[in-house]
Amino acid sequence: MDSNMRREIILDNYQEPVNRGLIGDESYLKVNTNSESCIDNLDFMVKIEDNVIKDIRFDGEACAISTSATSIMIQKLIGKTVDEVKNILENYRNMIYEKSYDKELLGELVVYDEISKQPNRVNCALLPAVAVERILEKLK
Amino acid sequence: MNREDFPILQQNIVYFDNAATTLKPKKVIDSMDEYYLRHTSNIHRGDYNFAIQTNKLYDHVRNIVSKFVNCDSSEVIYTSGATMSINMVVFGYMKNHLKKGNEILISKAEHASNILPWMKLCEEVGTILKYVPLNENYELTLDSIKKCVTSKTRVISLAHVTNVLGDVRDIQAIGEFARENNILFHVDGAQSVPHMPVDFKKSCIDFLSFSGHKMCGPTGVGILVGRYDLLTEMDPVFYGGGMNSSFESDLTYELKAVPVKFEAGTPPIAEVIGLGEAINYLMKIGMDKIHDYEVKLKKYLISKLKDIPNLILYNEDMNSGILAFNIDGVFAQDTSVYLNHYNICVRAGNHCAKLLKDAMNIRNTVRVSMYFYNNYEDIDRFVDALKNSKDIFNVVL
Repeated sequence: MDSNMRREIILDNYQEPVNRGLIGDESYLKVNTNSESCIDNLDFMVKIEDNVIKDIRFDGEACAISTSATSIMIQKLIGKTVDEVKNILENYRNMIYEKSYDKELLGELVVYDEISKQPNRVNCALLPAVAVERILEKLK
Repeated sequence: MNREDFPILQQNIVYFDNAATTLKPKKVIDSMDEYYLRHTSNIHRGDYNFAIQTNKLYDHVRNIVSKFVNCDSSEVIYTSGATMSINMVVFGYMKNHLKKGNEILISKAEHASNILPWMKLCEEVGTILKYVPLNENYELTLDSIKKCVTSKTRVISLAHVTNVLGDVRDIQAIGEFARENNILFHVDGAQSVPHMPVDFKKSCIDFLSFSGHKMCGPTGVGILVGRYDLLTEMDPVFYGGGMNSSFESDLTYELKAVPVKFEAGTPPIAEVIGLGEAINYLMKIGMDKIHDYEVKLKKYLISKLKDIPNLILYNEDMNSGILAFNIDGVFAQDTSVYLNHYNICVRAGNHCAKLLKDAMNIRNTVRVSMYFYNNYEDIDRFVDALKNSKDIFNVVL
C-alpha cells in the first residue's frame, strides 16, 4: 500500500476512532489492557450474542498505533462469528510477525503490515487483538 | 562537559534519559575489564595475589562511598541497587520495629520502589501509609509534612529528587525535623546522589538508598547507607556464605558484624569496583559543579522551548535537570518515537510513579533528564526536532 494512504487510514482512525466511550451495560464482557510492556491503557467491552460479535466499545489513553488499530479492528470484527474472529486474529498476528497470511481477510488492517520494522510498536498494533482474545477466553 | 570520557557519545545521539540510566565513562569500564582480564578472583579469604588485590579494591569502595556522602565506612552496605536497599530497610529493619497502627509518611510522587515495599509492610504488619499532599506545583514542603505528622508517625520516606518532575526536597530541614521528633528518615537518593552533594550525617538521614548505574557506574550494584546503631538492630534479608561467623547442626549460628552480615553470597565484585571508580570520577568533577551545570542546562532548555507552541511543561521551575512535558494532543509515546527519528533518546510513560496521576491528573509524560555530559547543542537539536513536530505523524506513521 502507498505510504500516504497508509498514514491517512491510521491517522483518521486515531483522530476519530469508532465506538470510543464505554456504556453501562452489564451484558458486555470487559477487559483492561494495562500491559506491563507498554504505557497504553485501554478498556474494552464486547457484546457477544448467539456466537456473534454484536458490539465492541473502548476507552482510555493510548498511542496512535494502538488507538487506530483498535478502531480498524472494531469495524472489522463487528458482525463476525466467534470462529471468524479467531481466524481474523490469527491472520493478523501472522501478518504482524511477518508470516504468511490471508490479505483479503484483513481489509484495512493491512496498514500495519510493516510494523515489524519498528519492534517497539509491535505490541501497540497487537493491543486490540490481545484484548479481544482475552474476551474470547472468558467464553470458555 | 567531559564528553570525551564517554565512548558511546561518539555515536550521533542526544542522550536525555539519564534518570533511567546514565552512560559510562571509559575509566569505569576499564576498571571492571581490569578485574575480569587481570585479577579475577573471589573476595574473602583468598591467599593468592589476585585475591588479595581484588579484596583490597573491593573493600576500599566503602571508604570512597563514606567520603562521597559523609558517613562511616562501616555504615555502607553493598546492594544490587536502590530497590534492594529500600527493601532491606523495610523488611530487615522496619518489619521488626514497627507495630500495627504506626504511621509511615511518603508522597504520591514517589517511585514504585519507595511505595510498594511499604504497601507490603502495611499488609503484613498493619502499619498505615499516609501520603503527604503536594502543592499546586506538585512540590512537597516541610510544612505539609508537619501537618501530616501525628503521635503515631514513625517513619518519613521520601525521594530527595523525584524521578518524574525533579522536585528537589529540602532533606536537611526534613531530616532535622524528623530527628527532633524521633521519626526515622529514609531518603531515596537514586535521583539526587548522582547529581548534587548529599550529606548523610549533616542532613540527619537514618537510611539512604541509591543505585550505581544512575551515576556513571555499572548496573547491578547499589548502596544502602544506614546509621550504625540502627544497622546493629537490622536483620539480614538474605542468609548464606560470607555473612556468617559460624553455624552448628543444633540451629545455632553467629553472624558477622555490620555491614558484612547484610551481604550474603558472592557480591557483584566487578560492579562494586566500577562503582568506586565512578564515584571517584564524579568527586573529581565536583558535585556542586555538576548540579549548577544541570540547572543552567535546564534554564536554557526552558528559555528555548518558550518559542514552541502546543507544548505543555509540567515542572519548569524545578531546580534539577529533569523536564516533563507533552505536546498538546499527542500521546507521550508517539512523541518519544518521533524524537527517536532524530536520534534523541527520551522516555515516555508514567516513569514508575503510578500514583502521581492522582495528584497531576495526567498519566503519561515525556521526560527529558540531563546529566553533566549533555550540552547546549543537545538542547538545540532537541528544540529543532520539536519545532518540526507539526509533522509528527508523517514521521512516526
